[in-house]
Amino acid sequence: MRDGSIPHIVENYDVVVVGAGHAGCEAALAAARLGLETIIFTVSIESIAMMPCNPNIGGTSKGHLVREVDALGGEMGKNIDKTFIQSKMLNKSKGPAVHSLRAQADKAEYTKEMRKTLQNTDHLTIRQAEVAELLTNKDIKSGFNNRIAAVRTVSGGLYLCKAVVLCTGTYLRARCLTGEMITHTGPNGLSAANHLTDSLVAHGIEVRRFKTGTPARIDRRSIDFSKMEEQRGDERVVPFSFTTNPDDVQIDQVSCYLTYTNERTHDIIRRNLDRSPIYAGIIEGTGPRYCPSIEDKVVKFPDKTRHQLFIEPEGLGTNEMYVSGMSSSMPEDVQHEMYRTVAGLENAKIVRNAYAIEYDCIDANQLYPSLEFKKIPGLFAGGQFNGSSGYEEAAAQGLIAGINASMEILGRKPLILDRSQAYIGVLIDDLVTKKNREPYRMMTSRAEYRLLLRQDNADLRLSRIGYEIGLVSKERYDWVCEKERLIDEEIGRVKHVNLGATEKVQSLLSANGSVPLETGTTLAELIRRPELDYEKLAEVDPDRPDLPEEVREQVNILIKYEGYIDRQEKQVGKFKRLEKKRLPVPYDYSGVSGLRIEARQKLNEFQPLNIGQASRISGVTPADVSVLLVYLEQLKKLNPNLFSALNAEWDGDCDE
Amino acid sequence: MNSETIAAVATAMSPAGIGIVRISGDEAVAVADEVFRAKSKKKLAECASHTIHYGNICDGGSVVDEVLVLLMRAPHSYTAEDTVEIDCHGGVFVTRKVLEAVLSHGARMAEPGEFTKRAFLNGRIDLSQAEAVIDVINSQNDYALAGSESQLRGSLRDEVIHIREQVLHETAFIESALDDPEHISLDNYSESLHNTVETLLKSVDSMIASFDNGRIFREGIDTVIVGKPNVGKSSLLNILAGQERAIVTEVAGTTRDVLEEHIMLNGIPLNVMDTAGIRQTDDKVEKVGVERARKFAAKADLLIYVVDGSGQLDDDDFEIMDMLRGELRGKKTVVLLNKSDLEQAITENDIISRLNFSVPVISVSARENSGIDEFERTVTEMFFGGQLRFNDEGFAVNARQRSALADAREHLVLVERTIEDGVPEDFFTVDLMGAYEALGEVIGEEVGEELVEEIFSEFCIGK
Repeated sequence: MRDGSIPHIVENYDVVVVGAGHAGCEAALAAARLGLETIIFTVSIESIAMMPCNPNIGGTSKGHLVREVDALGGEMGKNIDKTFIQSKMLNKSKGPAVHSLRAQADKAEYTKEMRKTLQNTDHLTIRQAEVAELLTNKDIKSGFNNRIAAVRTVSGGLYLCKAVVLCTGTYLRARCLTGEMITHTGPNGLSAANHLTDSLVAHGIEVRRFKTGTPARIDRRSIDFSKMEEQRGDERVVPFSFTTNPDDVQIDQVSCYLTYTNERTHDIIRRNLDRSPIYAGIIEGTGPRYCPSIEDKVVKFPDKTRHQLFIEPEGLGTNEMYVSGMSSSMPEDVQHEMYRTVAGLENAKIVRNAYAIEYDCIDANQLYPSLEFKKIPGLFAGGQFNGSSGYEEAAAQGLIAGINASMEILGRKPLILDRSQAYIGVLIDDLVTKKNREPYRMMTSRAEYRLLLRQDNADLRLSRIGYEIGLVSKERYDWVCEKERLIDEEIGRVKHVNLGATEKVQSLLSANGSVPLETGTTLAELIRRPELDYEKLAEVDPDRPDLPEEVREQVNILIKYEGYIDRQEKQVGKFKRLEKKRLPVPYDYSGVSGLRIEARQKLNEFQPLNIGQASRISGVTPADVSVLLVYLEQLKKLNPNLFSALNAEWDGDCDE
Repeated sequence: MNSETIAAVATAMSPAGIGIVRISGDEAVAVADEVFRAKSKKKLAECASHTIHYGNICDGGSVVDEVLVLLMRAPHSYTAEDTVEIDCHGGVFVTRKVLEAVLSHGARMAEPGEFTKRAFLNGRIDLSQAEAVIDVINSQNDYALAGSESQLRGSLRDEVIHIREQVLHETAFIESALDDPEHISLDNYSESLHNTVETLLKSVDSMIASFDNGRIFREGIDTVIVGKPNVGKSSLLNILAGQERAIVTEVAGTTRDVLEEHIMLNGIPLNVMDTAGIRQTDDKVEKVGVERARKFAAKADLLIYVVDGSGQLDDDDFEIMDMLRGELRGKKTVVLLNKSDLEQAITENDIISRLNFSVPVISVSARENSGIDEFERTVTEMFFGGQLRFNDEGFAVNARQRSALADAREHLVLVERTIEDGVPEDFFTVDLMGAYEALGEVIGEEVGEELVEEIFSEFCIGK
């Protein structure tokens, strides 16, 4: 121990969660709900589940993540359902796979509600303190191995534990920049966490530096909304959580507003580029390309004469409006000038400056897909610390890290979702397997099986897993099983309902602009026509049972897009073949003859869990994969016992 | 077992001999039944294992070849899977056609070493031979890689890359709009995409046609004639090509900007390329030609170095010989001392002492057509002595590329259908990416992070 002479407190927990942002809250709630004594540390209790950037939850592909978190028993969906002030289903004119829910949050309420939930959860302790040091068995002389054993706070408190989940967000050695003004603070001016990085490095963890940014907040009273286009929420709001009653979310919504930058805005930016910390070379961190600052947009797309901006309320109890699309790290005076060129913002009063923030994080290649560090057993990590960005990406990882920290302590197998099961699987596989050079954001294009990973079927995909883990109630799970049964039954029925070219059918078809029938057909065939759907055909389907809306929706989608869905399921079958071929972990590939040197190095570095993961590592060729398959077979046959012993921990639900 | 059905030519491709097309996997018998018409009218599915059947291979109504078919059911076959072997009699071209028929009826082209790999994974090969299996995979893969690089280059490769870029761009546009619907609209986009795909389909069709008419299909020993200008390279090539030796294809300036002849030398196929004379020059155009000659020489299986025996060795000859013992060291080389009808100023020793390694030196006369027999004998001996390899993997590479192109075509057709059926835009990218992937296989490139890169570099999205 560091210093035995200074008196300090010692407490004992199962799980320590460092950070109470979107990842930390999910991790802590999951662990505590699974019955483990859990403590969550935050630099400020007021910042629990804080939204320091955009005031919304969800959006394209992020909405999918929230739904999945919910289906697994996480909190984010429930919390936003309680605190949203506007809601929209994006991409409604496109296919169901890309429908994405997005809700504007009342930021203060969001924080308050999440805090309430944390406070009312058994086995969960909230502690305002900065964690400064990680300690392994070796460090506290309770053993000789590298297993995590405790954390120590700045004030010296020692918290013994069986697992630690790091969810430090953007706080580690954070630095905020507004032009020449640089402050060593975390988001929203909160204090940074300046000690933990040294301890991480001392334990052999490689740390890197990323950056991100946020726009200014403007006083609502100084905005002329008549020069902007009003953006209302949906007529009928769809809740995020599968457990929320849709009738409970039909609230009075507030509006957002659309406006644009113009050439004058761009001129000011171009003129002052030398004062931008990014272009002046002051920022070292790598920023996200999908969330470019307005400086980046102007430089990268010089031909665009205007950029869209959305003016979004930050809550009902504040005058602050978020200027989406105009994040910046320009100096205060330039900000003042450039925001005022925008239509409707001529007299804008800035409440908070836009700023860029730099922070320490890791390359998640250092983690197993369980989100546990390869080098330090018992140490898990989730959220922006892993090199991602976004509240939803954070929550998803936090949930998985919290679950897996718990599973390890409980002696159960870890939860690893693959790319065909969930966006969460894609997210984590990308983070731990691929080379990511910027904060990682979820996108639907990253999910190769997205027709199957829809936001509408997240409960059907994941409730069983959530139930087995212990985070989803029996009642909830039973309903999903029943729903599944109803869907199958109705699909079977619809495929066998024959329709003749009767007058009733023909007039319904012509009323919907659909070609009349020449011969009889099935109801399913008609549902497939683009201008028709399950609901529209109700009149000509007298024997239709009375089914809940969520069942009818699935029936419609599964029939309408059956051909595409079947094809994707076939691809998944192929994909699963390699995912099921597990590799021993850890394993030394240096001696595998026939593998190219680069492949051996990469495999040693990554320690993939299966051949599928190995095949996605850049630098491992298809020929290497073939060699690996042959080698694996030989290994298995020569020494089956050794293999299963090595693999026991990763024995997921693969059925080989 | 649930394995995909694979097919490949299982024998070395020799022009005269029998070629065997092997099909293995769960659907092997079904695939064979699609293309095989037995004289007995029986379907293979109804036949006993380990029987031989006589009949025709048909593709689209026309008879491709008269064949014998061997049926072996799992687990009593080399791969321990259902296996059908088709013995073709019509030589290289027909064997290729048979394979194509099989590939277009549900089998996919086998990966390098895949039959052996399956045999091993299914327990047919002893564990002690795992290393040998790995060697087979690696050596065939190396060969395939080298093959795919050399087989498709120049304008065709560029065309595939170009089509692929367009497919990626369209996909990225759709994805950007799906990702950021409030910034990017897809209104009226489907019509323009339909037009684009129509154009792309035309290009792919013409590429498939060029595979079929043999413009790309070349297998044999890549032979490059080098020498300084005016030593008689071209006339030697003409003699080699002209003496009753069948010219299979002639490709002038289409893919390589060099004159190329496909020549049978005692049954050994040679792709002979005549290059620009190699000499030091300041002329820009000529420099390009010389550079190209060096490049082809570097990739050749066999080099024929032609020297004017009646002249003196000069700096240009020395430079070529320095290349031969330097960057081209280890290449199989034959030196021809041409113009043996004139008084000889150079001896075999002059050449060998300069090269500092042993090499066959043969005196020939292009004008009198003498010495050619000896040259033929030398090459034949090299071939049967195993010093020269017959590039039969090139054939497999070709078949794989063609089947990948056909795949790409199918995906593009599906994109069109998706558009015509009025299915929402996000479905377009399913097959666009399928086409992108298939086109990648044609040029040996895997799909990585290009889509995300393209989205970010081309389209301004994000909050």
